[in-house]
Amino acid sequence: MNFPSDLKYTKSHEWVRKSEGSAVVGITDYAQHEISDVVYIELPKVGQKVEQGKAVSVVESVKAAFDIYAPVSGVIKKINTLLESDPALINKDPYGKGWFFELTPDRPEQFESLLARDQYEHLIKQEAKG
Amino acid sequence: MGEFYVEGAGARSAIDRWITNDVSKLYPGRALYSPVCNARGGIVDDVIVYELSAEQYLIVVNAGNIEKDFSWFQKHAHGTAKLRNASSETALLAVQGPKSPDVIRALFDVDLSKLSYYHFTKLNSPFGELLLAQTGYTGETGFELLCAYDQAAPLWKRLFERGKPFGLKPIGFGARDTLRLEARYLLYGRDMTTKTSPLEAGLGWTIGWDKPDFIGKKALLKEREAGVQRRLVGFELKDRGIAREGAKIFANGREVGQVTSGTFSPTLKKSIGLGYVSQKRTRVGQALALDIRSRLVPAEVVKTPFYSGRDKDTKKSKNREA
Repeated sequence: MNFPSDLKYTKSHEWVRKSEGSAVVGITDYAQHEISDVVYIELPKVGQKVEQGKAVSVVESVKAAFDIYAPVSGVIKKINTLLESDPALINKDPYGKGWFFELTPDRPEQFESLLARDQYEHLIKQEAKG
Repeated sequence: MGEFYVEGAGARSAIDRWITNDVSKLYPGRALYSPVCNARGGIVDDVIVYELSAEQYLIVVNAGNIEKDFSWFQKHAHGTAKLRNASSETALLAVQGPKSPDVIRALFDVDLSKLSYYHFTKLNSPFGELLLAQTGYTGETGFELLCAYDQAAPLWKRLFERGKPFGLKPIGFGARDTLRLEARYLLYGRDMTTKTSPLEAGLGWTIGWDKPDFIGKKALLKEREAGVQRRLVGFELKDRGIAREGAKIFANGREVGQVTSGTFSPTLKKSIGLGYVSQKRTRVGQALALDIRSRLVPAEVVKTPFYSGRDKDTKKSKNREA
């Protein structure tokens, strides 16, 4: 499984790509694998205010519905509308074409609470042990 | 699954009282699907009864209901029938799909042309005596193999050795659930419970109205006369989303029912489901709206089964014959 080192991660299996004044969010390779074939996605609305740790999006596979949480607080700037017609992109390319949304963070200090790759990998190993 | 044996001179009449379907349809080698009802006509479980011989029957029940069913049958045992719970010493493997006959033939010397739907045969095999039935819970052509518990692992291994050229794969619960739902096979605990009757569930064809008596007959007769208030229907979503168990169903702005099962159908590439709806709103084509996480998604009552792989296979082989 692949976890790029330039990304930050959450305990709830989102990834964050931080750049100046913006953060792109998606779900990790581990998450897409656990959720299995995604058949439907509900994205937040552009302009919507989101709060760190609160559910902002829903992913459905044939198995069940899964909540996706905002890794940091902010305002939704862009959403990946491509996912609505082709949700399988989340499985095929979780860190690329499978991105969910981009937000403008309003509390940049929250990035400190996110996990680095090594920490995230450690977390998954713990989860796998159950 | 759970497996109960019912034996003795009184076996047939005991089962006839327990299940709603008519045991007179059975003969050795024939299997019968039936609900088991309580006195109010609510469904206690749905089972398959196999007649092994005139005085020996096998009842396969849902795994989640083994204890409940066993005590139910015990409580309502009558006459001389002996009831035995063999669930912990029996295993059931289901080989399902259009190529399942090829897989079965690759393992056993058996003439499958003589094994019709809902029939079974005993096989002597390296895995001991097996029961091979043309039954299943996928809506596809398929077979179920019952064997002794300790033979399940070697039988599984052999199935996958010989089944490989036919693309045999193990499937999980998620895959099985989409298959059974496409075929409109009901799931106990969701699409039917003690709070639903076979008439509401669309299982009227499994009620032996002409039988002198069975548990729940009085209540069901009354319900048939009065007409059901609600009925289980199949629906298709007109927009994206999946309506899962518990989602409310609306029609013309009024709440008219609740979803019991919903999934994305991989075969039809559509979102489908089942739910109980007020009798007035059950006609095919009826417009519905489903409450999915507070969003109203348009849907429509459709004909069921949504899809039947078995029907397709049957038509194909008929065309070949013709």
